[in-house]
Amino acid sequence: MQFAKGLKAPCPHGVRWRYSWGSIVFVIDIVVAGAGAATQGRPNGRCANIDFERLSFVLMIGCDGLIMGRVRHTFVPDGPAANDDSDWRETIGRDMQQGLTPGDNLKRTRELVGYVPRSLATPQTYQALGFKSGLEIHQQLLTKAKLFCRCPAGLYQGPGEYDAELVRHMRPTLSEMGEYDGTALMERKTKKNIIYRIKNETACTYDVDDTPPFPINREALGIAVKIALMLKLNIVGELHITRKQYLDGSIPTGFQRTAIVGIEGSIPLSTGPVRIIQLSIEEDACREVSDSGHWRVYTTDRLGMPLIETVTYPDMKTPDAVAEAAHYLRFLNRSSGLVRTGIGAGREDVNVSITGGTRVEIKGVAHIRWIPELVHNEAFRQKALLTIKSILAERISDPNAWKVSVSEVDAGGLNTDYAPILHAQQLGQRIVAVTLPKFAGLMSFFTQPGHMFADELAGRLKVIACLERPNMLHSEEAGPVERKAFEVCAASGSTAESNSEDAVVVVWGASEDVTTAIETIEERCRMAMGMGVPNETRKSLPDGTTIFERVLPGPDRMYPDTDSAPIPIEQDVIDACGLDLPASVEDQMAQLGEWRIPRDTYHYLLKRRLVGLIGRIAAEFQCRPRFVGTLLGHTLKHAEGKFGASQKFDIERIYELFAFASERKLEWAILPSLLTTAYQFPAMPFESVLAAVGYTPIPAERISARAAVLQEQFERIRTSPDPGARARWIMGQLRPDALGNMPLPELRSMIESVAAHV
Amino acid sequence: MSETLKGYKGDGLAVLEKFHVRIWSDAVVKTTRGEFKGIILPRSENDDDRHVVLKLITGYNVGIASETILDIKEIGYKEAHYKIPEKEFPVSPGKPNVKLLGTGGTIASRLDYRTGAVIPAFSPGELYGAVPELAEICNLSTEKLFAVFSENMGPEQYITLSKAIAREIENGIDGIVIGHGTDTMHHTASALNFMLQNSPVPVVIVGSQRSSDRPSSDAALNLIHATKTAAESDIAEVMVCMFGPTSDEYGLLHLGTRVRKMHSSYRSTFRTIGDIPIAMVSRNAITPLKDTYNRRRKDRKVTLLPYFDERVAMVYYYPNMHRDMIDSLIDNGYRGIIIAGTGLGHINKPVYPAIRRAAAEGVAVFMTVQTLWGYVHMSVYDTGRDLMAMGIIPLANMLPEVAYIKLGWALGQTSDIAKVKELMLTPVCGEITDREPFNGYLIFQGGIPEVEDFLRKYHK
Repeated sequence: MQFAKGLKAPCPHGVRWRYSWGSIVFVIDIVVAGAGAATQGRPNGRCANIDFERLSFVLMIGCDGLIMGRVRHTFVPDGPAANDDSDWRETIGRDMQQGLTPGDNLKRTRELVGYVPRSLATPQTYQALGFKSGLEIHQQLLTKAKLFCRCPAGLYQGPGEYDAELVRHMRPTLSEMGEYDGTALMERKTKKNIIYRIKNETACTYDVDDTPPFPINREALGIAVKIALMLKLNIVGELHITRKQYLDGSIPTGFQRTAIVGIEGSIPLSTGPVRIIQLSIEEDACREVSDSGHWRVYTTDRLGMPLIETVTYPDMKTPDAVAEAAHYLRFLNRSSGLVRTGIGAGREDVNVSITGGTRVEIKGVAHIRWIPELVHNEAFRQKALLTIKSILAERISDPNAWKVSVSEVDAGGLNTDYAPILHAQQLGQRIVAVTLPKFAGLMSFFTQPGHMFADELAGRLKVIACLERPNMLHSEEAGPVERKAFEVCAASGSTAESNSEDAVVVVWGASEDVTTAIETIEERCRMAMGMGVPNETRKSLPDGTTIFERVLPGPDRMYPDTDSAPIPIEQDVIDACGLDLPASVEDQMAQLGEWRIPRDTYHYLLKRRLVGLIGRIAAEFQCRPRFVGTLLGHTLKHAEGKFGASQKFDIERIYELFAFASERKLEWAILPSLLTTAYQFPAMPFESVLAAVGYTPIPAERISARAAVLQEQFERIRTSPDPGARARWIMGQLRPDALGNMPLPELRSMIESVAAHV
Repeated sequence: MSETLKGYKGDGLAVLEKFHVRIWSDAVVKTTRGEFKGIILPRSENDDDRHVVLKLITGYNVGIASETILDIKEIGYKEAHYKIPEKEFPVSPGKPNVKLLGTGGTIASRLDYRTGAVIPAFSPGELYGAVPELAEICNLSTEKLFAVFSENMGPEQYITLSKAIAREIENGIDGIVIGHGTDTMHHTASALNFMLQNSPVPVVIVGSQRSSDRPSSDAALNLIHATKTAAESDIAEVMVCMFGPTSDEYGLLHLGTRVRKMHSSYRSTFRTIGDIPIAMVSRNAITPLKDTYNRRRKDRKVTLLPYFDERVAMVYYYPNMHRDMIDSLIDNGYRGIIIAGTGLGHINKPVYPAIRRAAAEGVAVFMTVQTLWGYVHMSVYDTGRDLMAMGIIPLANMLPEVAYIKLGWALGQTSDIAKVKELMLTPVCGEITDREPFNGYLIFQGGIPEVEDFLRKYHK
């Protein structure tokens, strides 16, 4: 067997060899367990020639990046062989005292978690994790006015453009069922000042919660019912406006007015049906301008715009299936022709969980193409947190008795050049060292690519304690600067209570915020022991990872809107909305298949709602649908990519272009050139477009006649022995003349027949 | 109506009875529009009788048309227990004692399934659960006097309230807070000013423009401001404490006889008319804007004058008003009439005979202005002089609502017209002022560049 390259790396109390053979990876660890004492003071990895109590060999076999199995054999002198990987876990943290760097710990824990990049993951990877994902698709509706007031919808204010500001705070209130929501209680701790920037044109006293709601926008409700019918949902008899609490300030009332239009349906995906939970109509939230410390700023232009939210069951079992479902729902919404398009008009929230994990919501994903990477990483983040949980379960016998200990650091006496600490010193802020008993080795525990468990704490400190990042230092910092700064602080704070089994976190800030920070750290660590994966809403980052946004709200945040009476949805309304429903996405895809249009065009054709146009052109001008579909799906898409999609090009011009070509009896083959030019110059008359692509009318006989001349010419200049070269060269010479005058296949067969006579 | 089917009637009630289900049933409902699962909720009495309300597992409520229902099956039962978490209000010996008297405002409230609206919840424990900051300010005790919306407050309540306050003052309280609905808050404020004179401690009336069941409610901050004022301020007046700007920044303390609700829904709806507020109050400080207010005293003396004659009316004059508007009041036995006249205090000639009749029959008629700001000046035009000659008495810059309350209070004490006139024209506490300061009338007009600059610069 030929191994590509054996990679040798130190591993805890031993040596690791990694071999890859094709896509199969073998990892062999030689672990000298119990050697902690024996190797004290020695460079890591030196394990030869020492007496051992136990010697373990671990063989890990992976395929396609997935660790398929791990075989361990442990030699124990005069004892039975053990067969588990608990000592793997046991070593974490302990070896950090013996020189294992946090960077190495990160790599090692990444392996322990079994993380593989998405490119190497297979459906089995996700099956093994117990991956489940559901979607919430938000789609703005194309209406003139907002949902509960008569402000114009779709007008946005530029940066720094506003007429007035006002400040509010949010307090949690009870749900209808008499409970406080978890998010609500978290937001109470954060003590944020919320600033709204108002523009008179786009916001009224309703938007800033100084006037009760006006009757619901019937235009928006009609669109929502229509799309609910397209999804074949059960339409409710009566719309009940409900308040969904949002204490982050994104809505000045502190809640979003929302109502269920329909429930229970399903959409067909290539991997099987995905069930729909519900479709609701709701008002959009403010746009966030900034969020720093205790101040969060929003603009109110987008606030109150009507949107629908379609929620699926967690029926998607792979990241690609999530993206497919998102595309399907997006196409369906767009096929109504009654929704907004463009940046921010459609947004996705993605829910992810794995076996033993918890539902985590990744919020406001702007592009569907980002979804697969985000959910992949979230699945492994949950796996990592569950691994941490099991390690803690072994270390801590009574989690209820676990608590942090805090020591004040003498801020003035610190001698450091670490900028954030210097800044804290200048402001006379409070600095504390928080000891997390038994957490050694976990701060630098892998959670997501480029992230470790310490980031879970830092993320919460930013949101809950309002401490801007960098907002903490910890005992397993990878960077030398941070490491040094941490040591200075830890030495000053009397962390005498902490020992090698513990981790230490240093935080600084205003005294009250530091108190909140300590509570936040303790709470997050308890969650690591308890539920393992906390219920969270997380914000997506462009690199496919996520950060903490807030505690995931539950049904307890729902409350009936006492300002609005229920609105009956009578059968005649449903009948009227159901009159002119567009073909379903499923039917449109079937149609494209029937027309034998290339699959790679489907996405574009559905997104731009071009399926109907293909049918119209094909029927009207006796043209093959496959040709029209390819023209739109390839040529038009290419032109958009080249000249920009923002061109003022009316799609209806394509129909007119076909009419023009038909009237002028042009051969269809010229249409790609015409379309490209017509797209580039949207106002140019078709006659000029025709001239611009170099068309002159030439009768087919004249072209045939030229073929004979070229035939002779080719013989004189011929350099290639390839028998097909002649026909190709002549074709190349005649193509510009033939384009529009004769069908290209006809030209080719004519040239070939001429060539055959030579 | 059976308690297990609260709020349902007609078809909705019939369908629930038919399938033997009750409110709070966890149920599966089969309909012609598909299947729905959820908890059957009570229905608001004012809603139609053709729908059944379900709370879905997601927390959303939906209505199902009764004629579409094919079958309902109960699969469980979950009754809601709506309760603000009650915690014992901590008592610290060093802190001032404040009494909160409840009349039915929405400082803390809960859902009322009967009407679908909110009803107030109220106890020190509940308040502490909802607004824990109160414990940092004072030792709070509460007493619920009534539970009525402010539009149902009237003379009977004013009298009960003023007596309750007097009793608290005599018992040594350091400050009084009154929770009140906002619609008629200024009527109650002026009534208390007349009925309860010379209070040695602050009496602060407070409410909220956004009910406390919403996260953005002004209730908590208003209550914090009011409690702070009652506990710490040296302003021994009957005041209204409500938001200054719509922003969560500071409250204003308005003298009860000069304050008026000026917007149907804004948070900053209360404004001092014809003068400036007594003070600003924030979480951290009480900042007086005037220094002419009555100071807090150690004594326990308060003048209680709990009188009111309900045979008083107010007439808002409009062009083309006929004399029957006044005649009918006289015919019905009213003893006093406040007119809100146009401009400087005018009404048209066709009403004159009725005015003469009122004077002849001993009905007291007083003039105030619809413009709210400014004084009645009945000597400027002939009309005014005619009216005065007929017996109408101008009430300077007394607000119409205040004049109404004061007239009821004056007639409650005497039926001697001369005595009533004297009581009406003798200021008790700012209801008539000698002068209107220049900044007593400031209504900025939006759109003007300097006003827009101001709005951009300050949180209003």
